[in-house]
Amino acid sequence: MIKILRILFFALVVRPILLIILGVNVRGRENLPKKGPAIIVANHNSHLDTLTLMALFPLRRLPRLRPVAAMDYFLKNKALAWFALNIIGIIPLARGGVQKNPLANLQAALDEEDILILFPEGSRGAPEQRTDFKRGVAFLAKAQPKTPVFPVYMYGLGKALPKGSLILVPFNCDVAAGAPFWWEGDVAAFMARLEAEMDTLSDVVNAQPWE
Amino acid sequence: MADGAALRVIYIIGAIYGLLVLATAAISVIRWRAPNNDTKELSERVTSWWFMITVFAIAILTDRVVSTIFLGFVAFMALKEYLSLIPTRRVDRLIVLFAYLAIPAQFIFAHNNRYGLFLTFIPVWMFLFFPMAMTLAGRTEGFLKAVGTLSWGMMITVFALSHTAILLASGQAAGPAGGAGLLLFLVALTQLNDVAQFTWGKLFGQRKITPTVSPNKTWEGFLGGLATTGAVAAVAGPFLTPLGVLMSAAAGVMIAIAGFLGDVTISAFKRDLGVKDSGGLIPGHGGILDRVDSLTYSAPVFYHFMHFFVFSGRIT
Repeated sequence: MIKILRILFFALVVRPILLIILGVNVRGRENLPKKGPAIIVANHNSHLDTLTLMALFPLRRLPRLRPVAAMDYFLKNKALAWFALNIIGIIPLARGGVQKNPLANLQAALDEEDILILFPEGSRGAPEQRTDFKRGVAFLAKAQPKTPVFPVYMYGLGKALPKGSLILVPFNCDVAAGAPFWWEGDVAAFMARLEAEMDTLSDVVNAQPWE
Repeated sequence: MADGAALRVIYIIGAIYGLLVLATAAISVIRWRAPNNDTKELSERVTSWWFMITVFAIAILTDRVVSTIFLGFVAFMALKEYLSLIPTRRVDRLIVLFAYLAIPAQFIFAHNNRYGLFLTFIPVWMFLFFPMAMTLAGRTEGFLKAVGTLSWGMMITVFALSHTAILLASGQAAGPAGGAGLLLFLVALTQLNDVAQFTWGKLFGQRKITPTVSPNKTWEGFLGGLATTGAVAAVAGPFLTPLGVLMSAAAGVMIAIAGFLGDVTISAFKRDLGVKDSGGLIPGHGGILDRVDSLTYSAPVFYHFMHFFVFSGRIT
């Protein structure tokens, strides 16, 4: 039943909004993973980032898509928690190192051949301004060295629905997906590679940040 | 729409599909004769034409309400593309939302043929509203740029393109094919002029006409397009509009000149922002603004031409 609700939500709410009100330009769609296990790493500007990324996949992939989201934010009340866990299908993650083995749930999901969606900035932050990626993603890659990491750069959704606003204003957004890469034995090198991939992808997009 | 009028529109759309079949066949021949030539963009373009012409044909043949909603949606997509390309201020988010909300209002005025409201709503009322709202929002840094870019964007996308909808409304009783005939005349000739200019330019282009803005545009292409559009207009005009052969040709020439100016104006805008295409919506063409750039000039020019000569009763 919830599975059907989830598919209906994406088919009847998310996709029409993205198609009619927002408009998404995708570059490198062929680079997106066809099957799990896979780790998608994206920059974060808006709640719409997750929904937009998930809508790029065919509906039958939906059960396999697992966005990783902050426990303190999404589980703070019952209604939001139900929506986040069941409709969006998040894997909750405790921020700030309070969990003993924070990666355990993520690794379990990857073992089930899920596609994880990670936002290593850790927060939406100021819209359309990228902050440094947190290193947790490197430790996940280290623990799963055979899992491909897919860099995705997103632009524009922070204008449509920035942090702190409840009103959606139409803007086109851009998604640029890059080819995957793998863990190569060093955390610093992995993070440098990831940042470099994001820089390359962001050059593809004509980004006009807020003035 | 009277049946005879609808039939005339259908004939012309049939003729356009005939041209498309020819274009598709020509590409197949090129592929067969010279398989090494890169025809990907050209064939993408023609495929997109099939799609766009079909959507447009359905929109103008079903019902005038559907037509107006379709035209309003095109204006919405054009404005959205414009606002996504330019730098904006976060403080103006709500004002941008009001700019979007002005679209249904403008198209309702157009649909009901409310000439006075149609003409004043954006150039007077929204023109006064945007700077007022930005002033009340309180941030003066970047004020002039923000109000200037938003106002121009509203004019070139929403106001200019809404002339297609009022043409449809005003033309109800005008000519043998009604408003749909006038709209088809305007849109088909504007797009034909783009294609003709491109083709003449490719074949005979020598002298650049706007070297700094649009280096691919040549005098040969411009004049070839103008002659082609004028000639086709002279034939199609008496069939679709209340205009005679000479006036139809004159309208065609005006559409050709205005279409060219709209094209290079949007090119100047894109060049200033450093983008080649305004978006990626239509494969082979770019964004919606890339497709309606000529129409942003030809629609107001043709509508006001018709208003002066026909709707006001100077030619009956």
